[in-house]
Amino acid sequence: MTWNAFLIALREIRRNLTRAFLTVLGIIIGVASVITMVTLGDGTTKALQQQISSLGSNMLMIRPGMGFGPRSASAGIPNFTMDDVEAIREQIDNISAVAPVSSSQMGTIYMQEARSSSITGTTLEYFSINNWTLAEGRYFSSSEATSGAAVGVIGDTVRKELFNGEDPIGKKIRVGSSVIEVIGLLKAKGQVGMGDQDDCIMVPINTVQRRITGYTSMHNIGTICVSAVEGTDSDKLVADISSLMRQRRNLQPNQDNNFNVFDTRQIADTLSSSTKTMTTLLAAVAGVSLLVGGIGIMNIMLVSVTERTREIGIRLSIGALAREVLLQFLVEAITLSCIGGIVGILLALVICLGLSQLIDIPFAFNIQINMISFIFSATIGVLFGYAPARRASRLDPIDALRHE
Amino acid sequence: MPAKELIRLSGLTKTYGQGDAAFQALKGIDLSINVGEFVAVMGHSGSGKSTLMNILGCLDTPTSGVYAYENIEVQKLETNQRSMLRRHALGFIFQGFNLLARTSALENVELPLLYRGLTRGKRHEMAEKALRSVGLPDKLRNKPSELSGGQQQRVAIARAIVTNPITLFADEPTGNLDSSTTHEVMTLLTQLNREKGITILMVTHEDDVASYADRVVCLSDGNILSDTLNNRKNNK
Ligand SMILES: Nc1ncnc2c1ncn2[C@@H]1O[C@H](COP(=O)(O)OP(=O)(O)O)[C@@H](O)[C@H]1O
Ligand SMILES: [Mg+2]
Repeated sequence: MTWNAFLIALREIRRNLTRAFLTVLGIIIGVASVITMVTLGDGTTKALQQQISSLGSNMLMIRPGMGFGPRSASAGIPNFTMDDVEAIREQIDNISAVAPVSSSQMGTIYMQEARSSSITGTTLEYFSINNWTLAEGRYFSSSEATSGAAVGVIGDTVRKELFNGEDPIGKKIRVGSSVIEVIGLLKAKGQVGMGDQDDCIMVPINTVQRRITGYTSMHNIGTICVSAVEGTDSDKLVADISSLMRQRRNLQPNQDNNFNVFDTRQIADTLSSSTKTMTTLLAAVAGVSLLVGGIGIMNIMLVSVTERTREIGIRLSIGALAREVLLQFLVEAITLSCIGGIVGILLALVICLGLSQLIDIPFAFNIQINMISFIFSATIGVLFGYAPARRASRLDPIDALRHE
Repeated sequence: MPAKELIRLSGLTKTYGQGDAAFQALKGIDLSINVGEFVAVMGHSGSGKSTLMNILGCLDTPTSGVYAYENIEVQKLETNQRSMLRRHALGFIFQGFNLLARTSALENVELPLLYRGLTRGKRHEMAEKALRSVGLPDKLRNKPSELSGGQQQRVAIARAIVTNPITLFADEPTGNLDSSTTHEVMTLLTQLNREKGITILMVTHEDDVASYADRVVCLSDGNILSDTLNNRKNNK
């Protein structure tokens, strides 16, 4: 009897392809939109998390000026010196590394290729604070750092843009008006949301002063990076550093800080709370589209109720049992819902793969949302295919035939 | 050979609606029909012919009274048992055909056989034979919308007889047909009655059509007005 119902159901689907197609379409739309939205949301969240972890753990940044941001170093406020860096290293507890950062944007040339990159003068500790690792070559040695040797470590974007697939190690590039030798290549961090971190050239800080910018002032350090010992109370650390810097900058009690200490954990917190908001928003939109898909299914099912009720009347009048008719409708609804669900999942897969490539986020397959949206849509499909049939099959055949 | 009773009705009533809106369409019908009879049910519009026929065909349930089919009190049967009676013993021809839309003549006729679990080959063979016997051997693949009224009615007849029912109920089977098609359909029914011994109850309001039957039962306002034997005009 099951096989028979299956057979009859398939006949009925084949015979009413338009109706079947519209039902399936409703399910496809519901399933595909929910999965796409949640998957892209997950991907973005993942991308942000990668970004956050690539910033380095427990890192603090000290910058001149009142606020945090690229334009915050207001005029007249002095930058830091190497003495500040050493003072922090010696007088502050619970820090594992300190590094100065002296950045500027400069033209770089190798053979025929020319472009502009960010040149960072710093010390060896900078790499560990910022979670950089080497892909090839080496970092600069301490003697190179002290002497201000003409050597540099480049990011992956610089390699790609300047070297055209050549091995960069040992090559000489022109930076500003001087020439440096590439001794190391950094492993790519990727480019997500916050600009291209891999578009960088790191040289010893003395090299920047001596050869590239030719700064004469000692106050040429725009940022000091500090990494805290794991598990340190970062609020206390911020307070300690602040009071040290106030003292070093001769600030009176009635004066505000003319520098700020930024805890990257704040970025992490801000970002994760905003991704949480985004995920919630996406879930809400997804819910709505699921509902819309569901209403589509209901609609097409309800539109065909009269015709289907009469069909049930005909089947009952020629001797079909109510349960045979119900089984047929159940099989029909399940078949259509499953086809719709599977096509919807496949469609979502294709869209997500395409879009995550396009907007450059990782593709995060979420089995849970696939299951949930499949089950939800399939349930609506089955309920609305089955419920009218249930009602009709309880009627006397003549009442089902008379249905208007 | 003494006539064997097939159908017995006693005090059968049918009331539509409830309370003030209640309407008694059948007001206590007593009737007995023997195996092999060809009975025409007549009466003017609204006299309860269709109501009676639907109850006899087990498509509807009476409000009170007894409907015995082969001594089984049908009004006491459960829904499924009445379905089984329809499946195995009864055939019904509707005035409005009631064919499945977008479904070929062959598949429409096969429909009752699907519920008997016959093989595909057997179903095809029986359905084709039934369609041939109603004179539609070349319309197997046509859908109802591609057939004339008379042809649709013949598909409906083929669907009713494909299971070899014991009793055939027909509610104005020629109501939508012109006179020459009417004659063809009536000849077909007469043939089924004579050659296969199928008991036929048929509603009509045309004297001409009624004259094919052996017996005419006349209804008026839910009561039997008269019950007379015919001199069949095409007695062989
Ligand atoms: N489903 C129904 N609900 C209410 N009244 C009905 C229904 N079907 C038939 N009737 C009424 O019952 C009476 C008999 O109807 P019917 O048996 O169809 O008559 P006939 O077939 O002889 O023309 C009519 O007056 C009709 O209005
Ligand atoms: Mg009628």
